[in-house]
Amino acid sequence: MSPYGTDRRHHTLTVLVENKAGVLARVAGLFSRRGYNIFSLAVAPSDDERFSRITIVVDVESAPLDQIVKQLDKLIPVVSITELAPAAARVRELLLATLEAAPDTRGQIIQLVGVFEGKIIDVGPDRLTVMLAGAPTKLDDFEDLIRGYGIVELQRTGRVALPMLDRSDQRPRAGAGVTGPAHRPEKAG
Amino acid sequence: MELTGAQALIKSLEMQRVEVMFGLPGGAILPVYDPIIDSSIRHILVRHEQGAGHMAEGYAHVTGRPGVAMVTSGPGATNIVTPLADAYMDSIPLVVVTGQVATTAIGSDAFQESDITGITMGITKHNWLVTDPSDIPRVVAEAFHVATTGRPGPVLIDVPKDVAQARMDWYWPEPDDLDLPGYHPVTVGDPELVRRAASLILEAERPVIYAGGGVLKARAAEGLRELAERTGIPVVTTLMARGCFPDSHPLCLGMPGMHGNYTAVTAMQKADLLIALGSRFDDRVTGKIDAFAPGAKVVHVDIDPAEHHKVRHADVAIVGDARIVVDQLLAALDAAGLPASAQTRSAPGGSPADASEGGASLPGSEAAAFPRSRLVPWRATLSRWQERYPLVYDPADTAGGLKPQMVLETLRDATPDDTIVASGVGQHQMFASQWWRFDHPYTWVNSGGLGTMGFAVPAAIGAKVGRPDRTVWAVDGDGCFQMTAQELVTASSERVPVKIAILNNAYLGMVRQWQEMFYEERYSEVYLSPDLPDYVGWAEAMGCVGIRVESPEEVGPAIDKANAVDDRPVVIDFRTDASEKVFPMVAAGMSNDDIVVDPSLVGEGR
Repeated sequence: MSPYGTDRRHHTLTVLVENKAGVLARVAGLFSRRGYNIFSLAVAPSDDERFSRITIVVDVESAPLDQIVKQLDKLIPVVSITELAPAAARVRELLLATLEAAPDTRGQIIQLVGVFEGKIIDVGPDRLTVMLAGAPTKLDDFEDLIRGYGIVELQRTGRVALPMLDRSDQRPRAGAGVTGPAHRPEKAG
Repeated sequence: MELTGAQALIKSLEMQRVEVMFGLPGGAILPVYDPIIDSSIRHILVRHEQGAGHMAEGYAHVTGRPGVAMVTSGPGATNIVTPLADAYMDSIPLVVVTGQVATTAIGSDAFQESDITGITMGITKHNWLVTDPSDIPRVVAEAFHVATTGRPGPVLIDVPKDVAQARMDWYWPEPDDLDLPGYHPVTVGDPELVRRAASLILEAERPVIYAGGGVLKARAAEGLRELAERTGIPVVTTLMARGCFPDSHPLCLGMPGMHGNYTAVTAMQKADLLIALGSRFDDRVTGKIDAFAPGAKVVHVDIDPAEHHKVRHADVAIVGDARIVVDQLLAALDAAGLPASAQTRSAPGGSPADASEGGASLPGSEAAAFPRSRLVPWRATLSRWQERYPLVYDPADTAGGLKPQMVLETLRDATPDDTIVASGVGQHQMFASQWWRFDHPYTWVNSGGLGTMGFAVPAAIGAKVGRPDRTVWAVDGDGCFQMTAQELVTASSERVPVKIAILNNAYLGMVRQWQEMFYEERYSEVYLSPDLPDYVGWAEAMGCVGIRVESPEEVGPAIDKANAVDDRPVVIDFRTDASEKVFPMVAAGMSNDDIVVDPSLVGEGR
């Protein structure tokens, strides 16, 4: 069974932070210090070089989401926090896996990767490295199916997410919380 | 103008109008100590870096201005970690500058290297490692801004030696030049929430104002007094808020919490509305949280939104500065028809011109009905509790030594009304908070959240440096005194005439009390000895006047003698009764309903 399980207890926060040394340590340190569980975390530069975006999937059973967001917001380099409710977000993740692929199973693996619209990105005499990007549940399913062939190494990136678009006006949906009053960056000390 | 980074740092502190800093030099911070010789800033050379941090805290406590400390890298920096943690818990504005090994050596385990920005991430509001000398003025300006605005707190600036030595073109940043895109404290309360809070206040029958340290940080004492007097609502002042509302005021219930008085504790338990101003529902106040104030609605005013709903759900949670929100509340109460004062209350038909227009627009009889008459039964109940359960001790029982309460009462009555009192942590701290009469804000300096033993001596020194016009007494325990007493050498050499009252019961008294009550009197590692060290001899060796007091009749004369000394510190070694316990007490984890009062009061009821 996938560790992702149901998504009810996992909320995605996309956190815009100043692109300065030590910011990730501040965020990670806050989570460990206050006993909040991080389920996954991904960091990358944003489209503005002054800022990076951290996508954190938090376990809201470890602490109320409200408290996690407010404590994060107190970190000086945190510029804004967007909470993406599972139903209001497009969430994607990347998976890389090296599999045992002896001649008798290689064809099945290639077929499976094709069904999932993944890619073979490296080929060895008796191993394959495959890549799959998609919704986390799709990656969960794929991971379950390839396990039987023998996973040598597997890595997932953790989730990144953007708010779902409102088809009527192309603006982020209100439910995504981008400008929602609950998580508007009200900084306080 | 070209300056070294070190010169720019000192000049930046001058631009921030820093008048005094506390510190101790060392290798990595050496370049920054050189320009101090030519600076207007008074530098106080401490004997241990922890002392510098607590002195800066004491200074900040009584002046409202940020305390500044400077130390070297490695052990200098780690020695100031405790004051940073202390200031973080108690929201004290501090700016600490640490030396660091050269940027080229960072990460190489160089001599006296420590990752102080990493170490202090969780106990500072923010910290900076400066890697470019031209960043120094901006970072200093940012540091003071962050330390003093929003919820105040300590910040740290780590300056590598080569950055201090390198040259830069001097500038001073404009406010817009600060690079803090994620920092925008909210100070003004949401008007709609303020209106809702005002209507809860108007409806309440058993309200209590729960005033915390934020009232002092926001300099809201005057507004609080107006709010209390106009509404007739009684006020409890937490350990961090002692003095923000006068103890001698008829509406003051004193300190709540684990060692609070019965009335303050029970008023909160039985309240139907708690108006929390700059307080954070600390476990030492609430006792067992599930059983805390079960019938109370909560209005929670705090500048830090993360305090809202953290411990206790608030029915109305207002983000804002306590002073501003209290003023908003007063205006909202005006609008809702609260008479402008007790005097106008009795004449609703013919209000004076200064009465609120809102009041005139409402039917006069309704406005007059609120709220004082409604609070009469509540106030009567509180008075009954105050009479039934006062703070008590037996002054006649002197067989075991001086009663600490008697020493404090004598000290209180023999010193000016606006004396500043600093304390360490333990029984003496609780006795001091209980038995002093705090009638002025910024007269009580103590370590509340972190509970740092050894706080009193250096904090008192910092307070005296900040307020040389005031009498400053430290009330200390013998255990605490031994942790930081060496700073009296600093006080003597800098001519800072603080006075120290050691309540010497030869024990780690609060630990002893817990062992007596909860560990079957198994006294494990709490005995200290009354004579070792020889406190009088030690005081004299440090350039202080030393006095020993063993009998009750010596207490007053010794205090008078100490008060007459103004050219050096004084230490009085009061030999107190080790068996004396702090009551009332709510045992850790128990409900505030299970408050234990002094055994002499037990007869009927609790």
